[in-house]
Amino acid sequence: MFEIGLGHYLTLGAIIFTVGVVGIFLNRKNIIVILMCIELILLAVNVNLVSFSIFINDLTGQIFALFILTVAAAEAAIGLAIIVVYYRNSGTIRVEEINKLKG
Amino acid sequence: MIVHSIFFYIFSLIAIIAAIMVTVSKNTVHSVFFLILDFISISCLFIMIGAEFLGMIMLIVYVGAVAVLFLFVVMMLNVAQQKNELFVKAKDSNHIPIGLIVSIIIFFELIIVIGGWKHKPQIVESFSTVGINLTNSNTHSIGQVLYTDYIHLFQLSGMILLVAMIGAIVLTFRKRSGVKKQSYFKQISREKYEGVELVEVESNKGVKIDV
Repeated sequence: MFEIGLGHYLTLGAIIFTVGVVGIFLNRKNIIVILMCIELILLAVNVNLVSFSIFINDLTGQIFALFILTVAAAEAAIGLAIIVVYYRNSGTIRVEEINKLKG
Repeated sequence: MIVHSIFFYIFSLIAIIAAIMVTVSKNTVHSVFFLILDFISISCLFIMIGAEFLGMIMLIVYVGAVAVLFLFVVMMLNVAQQKNELFVKAKDSNHIPIGLIVSIIIFFELIIVIGGWKHKPQIVESFSTVGINLTNSNTHSIGQVLYTDYIHLFQLSGMILLVAMIGAIVLTFRKRSGVKKQSYFKQISREKYEGVELVEVESNKGVKIDV
C-alpha cells in the first residue's frame, strides 16, 4: 500500500486512458473537447512510458516520451487549425451537426 | 517513503479528478483549465519519480504552448454561446451506453494486464541498453543519448514540427477581398518603364493624363 511501485503508476495511466476514451464517446458538445481527450490519452501513454523507463532502469522510454510530446504538439496544432477552418466555413463545431460527409 | 506515497496519492487523485472534469464540465473554457491542472499534476509526478527533464518539458510544452493554444481557439470560436447540454436526449443517441460498456471493458482489460504482468528478473538486465547513470543528472544523460543514438529521430521530429507549422499556416490562411495590403514582391519587381512615362508636351496644349 505504502510502497509505490510500477503497478501504481500503470494503474494511474490506465485510469486516465479510460477517462479519455469515455470522454470521446460521451462528448456531445464540440470537437475541441474531443481533441482534449486525445491529449489525455497521449498523456496516459507518456505516464506508462516514463514509469517503465524508471523502474526498468532504461533511458529509452523517456526519449520516446519526448517524441510523443512532439507529435502531440504537432497534432494539436493541425487539429485546431482544421477546426478553425471548419468553423469559418460552416459556423458550428457541435458534434451532431457535423454530418457533411454523410451524403 | 510514507511521504513519497502520500504525495503520489495526492497528485494522482488530482490528476484523475481533473481528467474527469475535462470530459464532464459544461463550459469548454473550464475544460481547458482542468486540462492544465491535469498536465501540471502529472508533471509533478514525473519530477517526483526522477524524470525531471521530461516533467519540465511537459510543463513548457503542454501548459505553455498546447493548452494556451486550446484556450485561444476556444475563446476565438465563441463556443460558449452555443447551447451546450451535457448529454443529448436519450431518444436520438443510442451509442452512449455502448461507448460506456466498451470503455469499461478497456479499463478492466488494462487492469488485468497490469495485475497479471510478470517478468523474469534477468529480463531487466537484458533491457538495459541505455542504463540510467545516477552520477549524471537526468538532463545530462538524456542529452547524451538523444544527440548520439537517436539523432535521426530527433531531426525527424523537428521535421514533423516544421510540417505541422506550415500546415497550420496554410490551412488557416485566407485572402480577403477588399482589404488593401502591401505586397513586397510587387513593389520590388516594379520596373521603371511601368511607372514613368516621358511625354513630349506641346506648348499651349498641356497633357492629358490617363487614369
